[in-house]
Amino acid sequence: MKAQDALLGASRMKAWELALWLALLASPLALPTHALIINEIAIVALFAISLDLILGYSGIVSLGHAAFFGLGGYAAGLLAKHISPDPLTGLLLAAVVSALAGALMSLTVLRGNDLTRLMVTLGFALILYELANKLDWLTGGADGLQGVTMGPLLGRFEFDLFGRTAALYSLTVLLLVFLVLRRVVHSPYGATLMAIRDNRLRAMSIGIPVASRLASVYTLAAGIAGMAGALLTQTTGFASLDLFDIHRSADVMLMLVIGGTGWLYGGIFGAAVFKVMQDVLSNITPQYWTFWLGLFLVVLVMVGRERLVRPRSWFARGKTQEAR
Amino acid sequence: MSEREAQTTVLHAQQLVKRFGGITATDHVTLELKKGARHALIGPNGAGKTTLINLLTGVLPPTEGRIVLDGQDITDLPPHLRVQRGMVRTFQINQLFDSLSPLQTLALTVSRQQGLGARWWQKLGRNAQVMARCEQLLERFHLSEVMNQPTRVLPYGKRRLLEIAIALSCEPRVLLLDEPVAGVPAGEREELLQTVAALPADVSVLLIEHDMDLVFSFAKYMTVLVNGAVLTEGEPEAIANDERVKAVYLGHGTEATLEDGHG
Amino acid sequence: MAELLRIEDLRAGYGEAVVLQGVSLALEQGQTLALLGRNGTGKTTLINTLAGATRQHGGRIYLGVGAQQVDLSRLPSFERAAAGIGWVPQERNIFKSLTVHENLTAVARPGPWSPQSVYQMFPRLAERKGNLGTQLSGGEQQMLAVGRALVLNPRLLLLDEPLEGLAPIIVEELLRAIARITREEGLSAIIVEQHPQAILAISQQTVVLDRGTVVHQGTAAQLQAQPELLDSLLGVAR
Repeated sequence: MKAQDALLGASRMKAWELALWLALLASPLALPTHALIINEIAIVALFAISLDLILGYSGIVSLGHAAFFGLGGYAAGLLAKHISPDPLTGLLLAAVVSALAGALMSLTVLRGNDLTRLMVTLGFALILYELANKLDWLTGGADGLQGVTMGPLLGRFEFDLFGRTAALYSLTVLLLVFLVLRRVVHSPYGATLMAIRDNRLRAMSIGIPVASRLASVYTLAAGIAGMAGALLTQTTGFASLDLFDIHRSADVMLMLVIGGTGWLYGGIFGAAVFKVMQDVLSNITPQYWTFWLGLFLVVLVMVGRERLVRPRSWFARGKTQEAR
Repeated sequence: MSEREAQTTVLHAQQLVKRFGGITATDHVTLELKKGARHALIGPNGAGKTTLINLLTGVLPPTEGRIVLDGQDITDLPPHLRVQRGMVRTFQINQLFDSLSPLQTLALTVSRQQGLGARWWQKLGRNAQVMARCEQLLERFHLSEVMNQPTRVLPYGKRRLLEIAIALSCEPRVLLLDEPVAGVPAGEREELLQTVAALPADVSVLLIEHDMDLVFSFAKYMTVLVNGAVLTEGEPEAIANDERVKAVYLGHGTEATLEDGHG
Repeated sequence: MAELLRIEDLRAGYGEAVVLQGVSLALEQGQTLALLGRNGTGKTTLINTLAGATRQHGGRIYLGVGAQQVDLSRLPSFERAAAGIGWVPQERNIFKSLTVHENLTAVARPGPWSPQSVYQMFPRLAERKGNLGTQLSGGEQQMLAVGRALVLNPRLLLLDEPLEGLAPIIVEELLRAIARITREEGLSAIIVEQHPQAILAISQQTVVLDRGTVVHQGTAAQLQAQPELLDSLLGVAR
């Protein structure tokens, strides 16, 4: 097989992907009663793929990615309340604000080791949480930012009570960002990210400017996380301190654990599985649903994602083959 | 002026010192790498050869001394910029990208080298020139059959070949090889060094190696490093017969242990 | 000399893959066996199987004789070490966050070899006693890996390319040391090396593998006397 074909073949859009996206985009129309949760899944999937970009592809661990999610959410909310209710303007502003914050934060994330990165990112999210709490004249404090009413999308599509417009809006943004990120991860730029992840010393030794490369991807990921936050505020009409909460940062990581890092669909599938499980389980047992989620995660980690998804392998003998 | 003195110095390490707490790993080392050199750096284990390479490439900052590349002082230049000026090294212990395939690894390196490393909108594999060079390198280093397998599953010999291939794909002008044939099967060693020796005449090579047969067939000039300092330097003939070098490094080739035709 | 090791119809590999397809050999106390073969023929797999790092699909490995005999096939690696296997793997695998001295004392077992005697053989390690594993050069790590196997006071040394990356003078010393301890202390050794000449000189037996099976078994002297045979077995064109 020629070298060129091998590389390009890996990055071509496959038939199942096309089908998947068509199905996703059609879902709010096909299942109108579930439009709200579809919207949530799309938003959280966008958040997850932004984390995958830095965690799965670049090897930067973060326990505070919600910092950017929250910044984007509040930025979009404040813009809508005080200046313009146009959703796309809000989305853009959220992306810019979070990206700037990401650019600044990237300086702290480049140094140290994984442990310090976890601490620093966590700390940053906690700081923003408190800032949002204290600046209650701006953010509404613990009560949150209320009454965020959005104008029609593209001047035409009103946000309806059923959440159909919202779901389609979020899904479209998810798709567009996904397509761009797909390009990015299959590009030379994306390959250099993976090289840095696998072996920073060697990446440096082949001429890759590691610090600036990581800073740029962190900025990009922050901007996308901000967009996800903006979508949440715009589609729910509400922004609260919860956007910065550690459980958001932790949940999004769990989604990547479920779906797998280093392939963009991991964030999407993980988000879908997590959200659906959360919804279904909490309907069955409102008090103990976290127990069942936890049990699922333990089983997932012990059995391995590959084997869980392939029931046939449950009956095969022995461990998977390792090559020498 | 001797023949060597008349040649241009491409890389000049000037009185390099490296101290780690109480240990002096590099002790006022001065080394001149000439243009087109086939220069070997030998010495006992732990003499500081790899440390010297780390100083030259900027992975470690020197405690004292300066490094000059093509007449420019690069002592404070960050490692990736030294690579961009043509100074490339290989590692004694493979430093590879385990989750990427040899093809991906070489494609990204060649792309970077051709200035395309920051391109986020173009697919890797789109550029025909880059692909052609990759195919060439894969062929030369016998990696074509395994080019799509993730590096982590490759056997040690192939990994070692990839290690060297990566360095060559950076189109080096100064190449620093740290024990390149360690772990490479007997039949492929000579071939590997021939590939290196066959580099364009203006590529200057500094080789660290313990396989003396290979060193003596490759090198035109040698520097001997002992305990972090230069013991002596000269042409291979002179070094091979130097009693001090034999005492600390080469040994005397006693019949009970080594035979001729070693390797 | 009594028999130390007997391998019968050994089949082993990694996971489902079977690399060794029925290998049998025997080794006496005090004997050194040169394990040769082209790359990928199973030499390292055989060493790893003896050490307990692969999946054994069939066959038996007997260490020792009579009442003391142990079937290694059933034992996990650490019990094999206790039974007398000293393993120097190809990638050295020293304990990076321990110092040289700790590397040796952590695993030392009673017997003639102690950290002191290792320092005598490798003075360089004595100089680096307090250095962490990560602070050693490649060759020093190699020496430490060999020393660490020796302080186990093993009955059988498994050396996978032990000479790689060592200065010529150290190579001489190490080979001399192996020859001496096998002769004087009844230690046995199985050595895999890329340079057959070096180890044939100190070995008594040789086994050549190809594609996981034994294609030649004989004395080292025999192969030394017939270089053409050696070359054809190793497939090296000269």
